[in-house]
Amino acid sequence: MEKVETMQIANQAGVQQQEGESLGKRAIKRLLRRKFILACFGVVSLYILIAIVGYLGLLPDFQARVGGSYEPPSLEFAKLLGTDIFGRSILFKILVGTKTAMTIGFLVMLISIPIGLFFGSIAGYYGGKVDAGVMWIYTVLSSIPNLLLLIGISYALGKGLLSICVAMGAVGWVGLCRLIRGEVMKHKNLEYVLAVRLLGAGDMRIMFRHILPNVFHLAIISASLAMLSAIKSEVILTYLGVGIQNGASWGTMVADATGELVNGIWWPLLGVSSAMFIILYALNVVGDALRDALDPKLVD
Amino acid sequence: MVAFLVRRILQMIPIMLGVSLLIFLLFTTVGEDPVRLALGNHATPDAIANLRAKWGLDQPLYMQYLDFLKQIVTLDFGESFTTGDRLSEMFARGALVSLSLTVPPFVLGLIVNLAIAVLIAFYRGSWFDRYSTFLFVAAMSISYLVYIMFFQYVFAFKFGWFPINGYEFGWGAIPYLVLPWIIIAVVSAGPDIRLFRTVFLDETKADYVRTAFAKGCSPGRVMFKHIMKNAMIPILTYTVINIPTLILGAFLMERFFSIPGTGDILITAINNGDFPIIKGLTVLIAISFTVFNLITDILYAYVDPRVQLD
Repeated sequence: MEKVETMQIANQAGVQQQEGESLGKRAIKRLLRRKFILACFGVVSLYILIAIVGYLGLLPDFQARVGGSYEPPSLEFAKLLGTDIFGRSILFKILVGTKTAMTIGFLVMLISIPIGLFFGSIAGYYGGKVDAGVMWIYTVLSSIPNLLLLIGISYALGKGLLSICVAMGAVGWVGLCRLIRGEVMKHKNLEYVLAVRLLGAGDMRIMFRHILPNVFHLAIISASLAMLSAIKSEVILTYLGVGIQNGASWGTMVADATGELVNGIWWPLLGVSSAMFIILYALNVVGDALRDALDPKLVD
Repeated sequence: MVAFLVRRILQMIPIMLGVSLLIFLLFTTVGEDPVRLALGNHATPDAIANLRAKWGLDQPLYMQYLDFLKQIVTLDFGESFTTGDRLSEMFARGALVSLSLTVPPFVLGLIVNLAIAVLIAFYRGSWFDRYSTFLFVAAMSISYLVYIMFFQYVFAFKFGWFPINGYEFGWGAIPYLVLPWIIIAVVSAGPDIRLFRTVFLDETKADYVRTAFAKGCSPGRVMFKHIMKNAMIPILTYTVINIPTLILGAFLMERFFSIPGTGDILITAINNGDFPIIKGLTVLIAISFTVFNLITDILYAYVDPRVQLD
């Protein structure tokens, strides 16, 4: 009864726009929506696959000359996206850059997510001095502009792929830690935790065997966000001269494109920014879909 | 209230200690040697030793750190290594330039984005909502650098509507700033509108909305009279907390358009190993972050009577 009333009110407010649509129509619409999300998952998988192929050494050599300097895009496979100043294929460079970008995304994820989970859990669970300590660390980190920290840490570790990953990982765990801390604080006084404690479980077991699975969805959501921001930051850091120094990366390609654009060479920028746009868009959609799918409050 | 303020200000001390220590370790012990950078490769050992002593770099590290702490307390960060300018003047000048770059699109963007978000939230679920969501996610998926390069190329280089880069102090700055303003506004639209829309939609699920409908309010009245007021609380805090980033300017924008703001000063300082600038700017920014955090909390208690400051 109550539900019906709410629905009517909601209808009035325009919450349910599907009003007056048939069930079948709605289902198809939803399926299409799901398909779109599936397609985005597919895109992410494709990029990961390209990276794996790259690690198997099966990607074409981007250093090889395939034609003259600055040839515009043509129908030949290697020249689909044109060539760069040395006559190298832009397409191949983008593929190798994909490997770099995905590597960075994964490394940052692997560094920041466990740190965030661990510190968030102990801060939320123990409270008191431990909590104060963890909060101190993340307040300090978030009081310094992100870009400055990233530049500072990558200078300290020496320029290169690994050091910018460590830098982004060391900075990126703060958001997740804050979320996990809050959730763990709510969970630690719930009945199921009291029950396992009565059964004699230790702190570590309670935290990581019992509470963690209940808050882990936050880690999945922030993993997709971590990957997204890592790919975006790499481009900016490389442009500023602290990122990838040699090898192909989207960042070096964008940095090179600045000068080329003025001379009317538009295809390197178009190629690399399209490649970036597609994966960033897919990650955005996947992140949102995950958030909706994993939100316990949302019933649909 | 007074006790709350005093405690919050005291809490700034450990934060500032942490910030200063981290910045000190990152940039003093591992950065490039500023003396070498300043004097070049052919300097005599005497000249190097003299400059080192002048800048206090011959002191042991803990003394240098204590010196840094003293600078933080007095807010006097000395002089730049490379230009010899007083840092307080450099920062004041840079901050004004940065604010001229960031404040107009911030204010304008806030108004426009709020209006669009209210519109979308009002027609939620419609084709308008769906297409705009699609559009904003797409807009968020383009790299900041690509935006700058594209706009600069098309509107400044190709069409010649705006100067390509540069800056003039005073009113003459406006022609140089219009294009960066547009870019900042466009880039901020996607994430802002999406956030505001979520805030509005979260509010529509609240009990008071049902009550308002039950007593016969029209959807428009509920949206603008009831929801708007409550949604302003998270939006206000989100806005206030972002104010310190305005002082810092937009690193990339300042670099691409040769605008001499604080972001540009900071990047140049990092490249030149100009440690006093890095130290000073970081500390000032960290302080403003903490202060605006405090202001946000006070505002929160002011606009939401359920929140108590203690």
